[in-house]
Amino acid sequence: MKKLLLALGAALLATVPAAAQSDYPTRPITVIVPFAAGGPTDTVTRIVGEHMSRTLGQQLVVENVVGAGGTTASTRAMRATPDGYTIITGHMGTHAASVGLYPKLAYDPRKDFEPIGLIAGTPILILAKKDFPAKDLKEFIAYVKANGSKLNEAHAGVGSVSFTTCLLLNHLLGVKPTLIPFTGTGPSMNALVAGQVDYMCDQIVNAVPQVQAGTIKAYAVATPQRNPALPDVPTTVEAGLPDYQTSAWNALFAPKGTPKPILDKLSAALDKALSDETVRKRLLDLGSDIPEGKARGQEALAAHVKAEIDKWTPIIKAAGIEAK
Amino acid sequence: MEELFHNLALGFSVAAHPTNLGLCLLGALVGTLIGVLPGIGPTATIAMLLPITFGLPPVGALIMLAGIYYGAMYGGSTTAILVNIPGEAASVVTTLDGFQMAKQGRAGAALAIAALGSFFAGCVATVVVAALGKPLTSVALQFGPAEYFSLMVLGMVFAVVLAKGSVPKAITMILVGLILSMVGTDIETGQTRMTFGIIELSDGIGFVGLAMGVFGFSEIMRNLEVAEQRELVQKKVTGLMPTRKDIRDATPAVIRGTLLGSLLGILPGGGTILSAFGSYTLEKKIAKDPSRFGKGAIEGVAGPESANNAASQTSFIPLLTLGIPPNAVMALMVGAMTIHGIVPGPQVMTKQPDLFWGLVASMWLGNLMLVIINLPLVGLWVRLLRVPYRLLFPMILVFCCIGIYTLNNTPFDVVMTGLFGLLGYWFIKHDLEPAPMLLGFVLGPLMEENLRRAMLLARGDATVFLTRPISAGLIALSAILLIVAVLPMIRGKRDEVFVE
Repeated sequence: MKKLLLALGAALLATVPAAAQSDYPTRPITVIVPFAAGGPTDTVTRIVGEHMSRTLGQQLVVENVVGAGGTTASTRAMRATPDGYTIITGHMGTHAASVGLYPKLAYDPRKDFEPIGLIAGTPILILAKKDFPAKDLKEFIAYVKANGSKLNEAHAGVGSVSFTTCLLLNHLLGVKPTLIPFTGTGPSMNALVAGQVDYMCDQIVNAVPQVQAGTIKAYAVATPQRNPALPDVPTTVEAGLPDYQTSAWNALFAPKGTPKPILDKLSAALDKALSDETVRKRLLDLGSDIPEGKARGQEALAAHVKAEIDKWTPIIKAAGIEAK
Repeated sequence: MEELFHNLALGFSVAAHPTNLGLCLLGALVGTLIGVLPGIGPTATIAMLLPITFGLPPVGALIMLAGIYYGAMYGGSTTAILVNIPGEAASVVTTLDGFQMAKQGRAGAALAIAALGSFFAGCVATVVVAALGKPLTSVALQFGPAEYFSLMVLGMVFAVVLAKGSVPKAITMILVGLILSMVGTDIETGQTRMTFGIIELSDGIGFVGLAMGVFGFSEIMRNLEVAEQRELVQKKVTGLMPTRKDIRDATPAVIRGTLLGSLLGILPGGGTILSAFGSYTLEKKIAKDPSRFGKGAIEGVAGPESANNAASQTSFIPLLTLGIPPNAVMALMVGAMTIHGIVPGPQVMTKQPDLFWGLVASMWLGNLMLVIINLPLVGLWVRLLRVPYRLLFPMILVFCCIGIYTLNNTPFDVVMTGLFGLLGYWFIKHDLEPAPMLLGFVLGPLMEENLRRAMLLARGDATVFLTRPISAGLIALSAILLIVAVLPMIRGKRDEVFVE
């Protein structure tokens, strides 16, 4: 009898998703954002989320779950029912750098999530205090190499975007400055503006107004093309450090096992949002790069996650940084 | 000077536009109502209401969010006075004398003086932001890690002075607060410490849960123990408005609190909290009869409430002039600005003067509206106290739990609050005061982080705290205060200032 009931239940369960898939979504979709409201990841999610809500005919509700560099939220999203009603905005930290940083990470970004698509990336800038004695990136490199450990580099916390991306820079230059930890990009930027630290790496959205006002210097942007938000800042390719290519990407993921038709609906809605003029303008105003053509979609994101994990893990291990 | 008036005129023309005026009123109203729900402080309120502003023009959206901010700050004080639950860190001090006043049936006077004091502070702070915003920014930039550390040392000394009872017990409680604040992730290495492998603890213990547990929940437990007394308290509720004597006593405290708050508010980080604690310390120190403090002294409500309101307003200065958010609420405002296509930075003032000055003017209007909204509400809140306690306390508990849950959307925080409630009850039974512990808890991370930053920058040279002039000055001040506090103990005398 028990077996029969179980079988009946299983049969029922099997038919329910099939019916649900065709008219998905029938209720609001929760998008978990692993960082505080108002931050770059939150802002980007809300901008595309608003457009996707219109396409899907159901509201995308942002739920901010903060903690442990975004891994708390990612763990929760991994364990959510894979029915398309809970998805997550993952980023460079939660779905790539975390693998090297947290040996006891509860999830594998490659195996425990279904990719939906890249949203947008925020390019990284090499920044220094206003009176840093270098007029371009070449002089900056020479000066940093010559003064190495005497210099102070600020970052927004172990595991943050500014921390990992600057690890790569220091790794490429072969320098070990003193790392001054701050809690968040606000305080670290404050210290750079006040001249208490020498340099840092940060997302373009945080730095544009300061660079424009001349309160800090920007030496290069770590992307192949110049950024329209700061057209006078050269790329690392132009300025002589072509290997320094990095961007803080954000992407939508669903828990493993979410049915393919649902994923396709979400990917299509995201694709439509990223083609919309108003959405594009808002993202570009923030200095974001928007993935185009083949760089969009599920396969591209899966490949990107794998490549990013392979890129960051050795750098983080080499730096001897490991969180428990 | 003429330019200032011109700018303010521009600001008022923007803020007084009917739409913006309406949004300002709506923001202040919503902020007050949500802020009154225990546990939902300004940060949670703005985060929840952020999507509502999407469809609004940028200036209107910011004016509304700013209104929510003051409203929620003020709402936090209301719960501190009525039910001993501080909505956010700055209103911890308000519980000390505010709740005592409520117990004596003077809740109305406490709420009214908090509203009026805040309004006065808001008016002064608006002028400070408008006239001195720029020059004050450069002062704030002088504050590096060494200066912050020394400022936090001074804050710890304040915490000793807060104590009603014995100094050794107060120092013990500060240390307990410091230890609790060390739970979490090490800032330099990223290693977790004292988390016992619980992932939810990796970012530390939440302030709201701790404060609600040790103040609110434990108070409820104690009240249930002595239910009859509670009913007596409710019958004693007298006049709703402060008496002439109340106003005479409170006025100088309001003025001092406003000055202190305006100054400390510009410092990113703990400015708002320090100003409230600092103002309380100052009032107690200069009072003719310090023994009244902690037993319902109106200055103990008026000073800190004015100070934290002035500080919450001048804390807009770093955001508006530098574009750097000094605290979580301001970070949310930055998010709101970027969503509306404004990238906040040093040029907002020149590039978007209507936004900058409109926001400044709306601060003053927002404060005016808070008084208009809250004075009539005082009667309603006080009547709430007359609700039989057996009906009131389950409501308080449920609202608290909802509030805590919404902070991170996790049940873990609710469980933690319950545990802290038990701890708080144990504290009450042993005459250990939670206020110094909370100050230690709030200032602990700032103190530790800045100590480590300063030592890293100085490459391990500890004299940095004495060679930098501002830092040296603060250390000297702390030393003097501490000696004043400790000397009488050595002599074996009771110090009337610190111990009553």
